[in-house]
Amino acid sequence: MIIASNVSKNYGRLKALDNISVTCVKGECIALIGPNGCGKTTLIKSILGMVVCDSGFITFNGNNIRHNWKYRAHIGYMPQIGRYPENMTIGQVLDMMKDIRGTKNEVPDEELVEQFELNKLLKKRMGALSGGTRQKVSAALAFLFNPDVLILDEPTAGLDPVSSEILKAKIINEKNKGKLVLITSHILSELDDLISQVIYMQEGKLCFHKNIINLQDETGEVKLSKAIAQVMMKN
Amino acid sequence: MKKIIKYVIIDILRNKIVLAYTALLLLISITIFNLEDNAAKGLLSLLNIILIIVPLVSMLFSAIYVYNSAEFVELLVSQPLKRRTIWLSLFLGLAASMALAFFIGAGVPILLFEATATGFMMLATGLLLSVIFVALAMLAAAMARDKAKGIGVVILLWLFFSIIFDGLILFILFQFADYPLEKIMVAAVALNPIDLSRILILLKMDVSALMSYTGAVFKDFFGTQTGLVLSFCVLITWIIVPGWLSLRRFNKKDL
Repeated sequence: MIIASNVSKNYGRLKALDNISVTCVKGECIALIGPNGCGKTTLIKSILGMVVCDSGFITFNGNNIRHNWKYRAHIGYMPQIGRYPENMTIGQVLDMMKDIRGTKNEVPDEELVEQFELNKLLKKRMGALSGGTRQKVSAALAFLFNPDVLILDEPTAGLDPVSSEILKAKIINEKNKGKLVLITSHILSELDDLISQVIYMQEGKLCFHKNIINLQDETGEVKLSKAIAQVMMKN
Repeated sequence: MKKIIKYVIIDILRNKIVLAYTALLLLISITIFNLEDNAAKGLLSLLNIILIIVPLVSMLFSAIYVYNSAEFVELLVSQPLKRRTIWLSLFLGLAASMALAFFIGAGVPILLFEATATGFMMLATGLLLSVIFVALAMLAAAMARDKAKGIGVVILLWLFFSIIFDGLILFILFQFADYPLEKIMVAAVALNPIDLSRILILLKMDVSALMSYTGAVFKDFFGTQTGLVLSFCVLITWIIVPGWLSLRRFNKKDL
């Protein structure tokens, strides 16, 4: 569904992405793992077209994403740090996104809005929100339009345990509907019951892209955190 | 595109600075027209104030607004929208707000007190200047990632067009006083939209006699139909070129 071929991106001398090639197919839940600054967010942003890669190309459903914008209608993106216009209220942001993106014959998926009880906060200004509430808004927006692909950058960072469980249940639910889910996270223990594949990156390079079962077999560990720790030790 | 322009304009109105700017312009123009017994004289005083305030406010406000909308732009870029649509909506929203503020603040009093050819010229150039300096501000904001740098550039640009440019022209005129520079001066004026607007209005006022021989050359050129059309084309180029350059930069920008 998403194919990246030889994608490179430099920020000055820093190589954020170094010749990355990756294929992501439908129905998988893929974890993007790697140390801080290894290029996870840059990879995600290049898939979204927010970062323009220097060389290589990315295709979405067979179409090159450069100079293309319609494909983003199939993506729900939850940023690492959600930044919204400060003087708009939650209600206004939700309405604006529905206005810009919503189609008439499709009912928006407001399950998360209800479960996070954002309905009670509709009149609150975005600038006055706590980090966690902001994350809830980001999550609700990502799932709002029933996208085929979900890209979640550190989805549970800053969320309380209850909300975190709600979000995880929602992710599993969507994955079972056959959607592609891309997650980055540093809390490996909570990825265990979500993911089916692992992409491990280091210093802008792709170290491996494996099925979780293969990874467990190779390392002899059942827990993802231990398996990854073993791989990191070897490197 | 319409939807995004709508949200930009709602956001600008909520910000209230544009309303304050409109009120300030309105206050200045009504005061000046009431102070002078002759409305034509009032127009001359208004000219100098407008040529300072309009570029400054249009450019500073737009630059700060674009930097403060970084979050909004980031949010929109991850949605199924063309970057071109986002940037043009931002530009059109700002241009419409600044032009409307000028029209209500200065245009309406001009039409009430001095609805002559000079008045109309001032209205037209004022509207164009508002949009030109929005375009220049957007170019500065697209080029410089750092907010302080971008706003610094904007202030320098304003200083350049309002003061430094005239100083340079004077310097060249005195240094090369022995040579016939009148024709070159006509061309040099095209490099500064503020000066071009000032000359277009002054020539309508018949005070060009005060500008000596150069004034006569200006009148020969800008007084004609061709000169007038050409001048407006130059002013519109001042909108299109910075606007297009900023769009090109924004299309390749990493957010």
